[in-house]
Amino acid sequence: MKKRYMIKNLDCAVCATKLEKAIQKIDGVNEVSISFLSEKMKLVIDETREDTIMNEINDVIHRLEPEVEIIEK
Amino acid sequence: MDQKLKIKLYRIILSVILLVGAICLPVNPSFSFILYFSAYLIVGYDVLYKAVNHILSGQLFDENFLMSLATVGAIFLGEYLESVMVMFLYQVGELFQSYAVGKSRTSISSLMDIRPDYANMEKDGKLTKVDPDDVKVGDIIVVKPGEKVPLDGIVQEGESYLDTSRLTGESVPIHVRVKDTVLSGSVNQNGLLKIEVTKEFDESTASKILDLVENASSRKAQAENFITKFSRYYTPIVVVGAILLAVIPPFLFPHLTFEVCLERAFTFLVISCPCALVISVPLGFFGGIGGASRRGILLKGSNYLESLSQLKTIVFDKTGTLTKGTFQVTKIVANKISEEQLLKYAAEAELYSNHPIALSIKEKYTKVIAQEDVKQIEEVSGKGVHVSVSNEDIYVGNAAYMNDLEIEVPQIQDGTVVYVIKEKQYLGYLVISDEIKENAKEALTNLRQKQIQKMIMLTGDSLESAKRVASQLPIDTYYASLLPQDKLKRVEKLLNKDDTGTLAFVGDGMNDAPVLVRADVGIAMGGLGSDAAIEAADVVIMDDDLEKIGEAIDISKRTLRIVKQNIVFAIGIKIFFLILGAFGVANMLEAVFADVGVSVLAILNSMRTLKTK
Repeated sequence: MKKRYMIKNLDCAVCATKLEKAIQKIDGVNEVSISFLSEKMKLVIDETREDTIMNEINDVIHRLEPEVEIIEK
Repeated sequence: MDQKLKIKLYRIILSVILLVGAICLPVNPSFSFILYFSAYLIVGYDVLYKAVNHILSGQLFDENFLMSLATVGAIFLGEYLESVMVMFLYQVGELFQSYAVGKSRTSISSLMDIRPDYANMEKDGKLTKVDPDDVKVGDIIVVKPGEKVPLDGIVQEGESYLDTSRLTGESVPIHVRVKDTVLSGSVNQNGLLKIEVTKEFDESTASKILDLVENASSRKAQAENFITKFSRYYTPIVVVGAILLAVIPPFLFPHLTFEVCLERAFTFLVISCPCALVISVPLGFFGGIGGASRRGILLKGSNYLESLSQLKTIVFDKTGTLTKGTFQVTKIVANKISEEQLLKYAAEAELYSNHPIALSIKEKYTKVIAQEDVKQIEEVSGKGVHVSVSNEDIYVGNAAYMNDLEIEVPQIQDGTVVYVIKEKQYLGYLVISDEIKENAKEALTNLRQKQIQKMIMLTGDSLESAKRVASQLPIDTYYASLLPQDKLKRVEKLLNKDDTGTLAFVGDGMNDAPVLVRADVGIAMGGLGSDAAIEAADVVIMDDDLEKIGEAIDISKRTLRIVKQNIVFAIGIKIFFLILGAFGVANMLEAVFADVGVSVLAILNSMRTLKTK
């Protein structure tokens, strides 16, 4: 299933790549792309595990870039 | 400037005040230290916080870490002023950078401002605003003057001028009235329009275009990948270099104290921050893609900017690309009967055919055909048609068909020729031509003046009509009578030749999708409203304008030039200062100044890519 998010307070392009790589590693995430310039995150995830995946993504973000917020569109 | 940036600005100002106090009020050393230290914390606490946080999560070597290490180090060495100044300049640079990035973000998103926010639906005689997502196919929506058309549809009532410049880059408004198709993303200028929706929001033009441009960042140019790789190796190398710089020289050169070398090592670290590259290169490409889309040229990735700038060979499809794609009867030559009568026979014979040539004949013959008179229709594929009209045999077809029928006809070297025969008797012929686009010659001559070495035309049409078009345009070679799979083979053959270079195929996306996919760059013309073209192509030119190909090449070259300037400039200055820092020529302040300066200049340079004429 596809999801889109606005991603706020993303300050640098390297951080975006870093987050992208970390989220990619989460089990059940089939595709992720974060655009630093358009401040958007697109996810293709396993529907059955949606809640766990979203929790893990929030953990990753909190650990790597605590300032970053994601807002579902 | 948003809230976050303002807070940062206030912090910077406050720390400057404290810093001035520390310098001008030499009450006693501990008082100055407190002022220096609070100035340092106020301006840099977030950097320190992030650095600690990142270390805890196992990521060393980012810019926060470098800055914290260098400034804390300077404090321990007793260089308070220097420490605060470094943090201060770094933050000023960050502020500037955020501002510049924010600015390009807004200018890019404003030029892609085609996403409609609402649709007006009529309910119980009243207009209500609804989410475009909730509108279904077949619903009637109302678009008032000044509003964006939210979904694709057909006009049911009213007429108006539409501004489609956001979609096509074309500034002349188009006039629409009842039964005309309107596309989402265009802006209604004066009249009230009632529109029957034909496509849901996700399938509508505006959504398709936005999707395409937003996804563009996932296909990266080599230069972008280079930067990602570069920064992965670069930072660890620099840190190791800094450690060596601190440890080794004191042993080799007795006059250098450990403290001096440590300071040099910190300076080295400060200089090393690769921010200028890491931000300015993707920003440059993004700006190029954004600028192109404002001109009605959509690119599916920055890699295509790269390929476009290296283009050597362009292969054109003929019909609909170089020509208008609308066939017209341009000549009627009747033998012993009236032109009117000749046309009537031809139109009757083609009554049930949907071939473009048949359609053009029927269009020319404006009178009503008595359908019940037309019987025994027999189509000979690729050659012609035989019918019986009021019990007379009529044969209509090309020279090959006449040959089969063993009827002698004059040989005509002109467009597509259709002969008309009644009861074995030759009655005359019609010439049907496809007009060349008005600006085709100019556009192709222009391309030739860029760096395009070979221009080739492919067509499914006959050799004669190909020859006629090719002779009027600056084309090197043409291949005619090709089936869609032959076009693919021809392009593959070209791709395997050494002197072809980067190859683009230009088509209208109707039946050449495989070729568009196979070429290095697939360019679809007239993509507006054609989903197939948008899917298959790498570059979509929204309107039918051939000149946009040249424009796309110009934008790509310009973008690549700016990106290369930035890479060379940033790496060059970095290396220069790293050397100066290593030998103790540049101090920490100068190092930060160099770092921030390069970032700001590179970002400003990148923002130029947004500007298209």
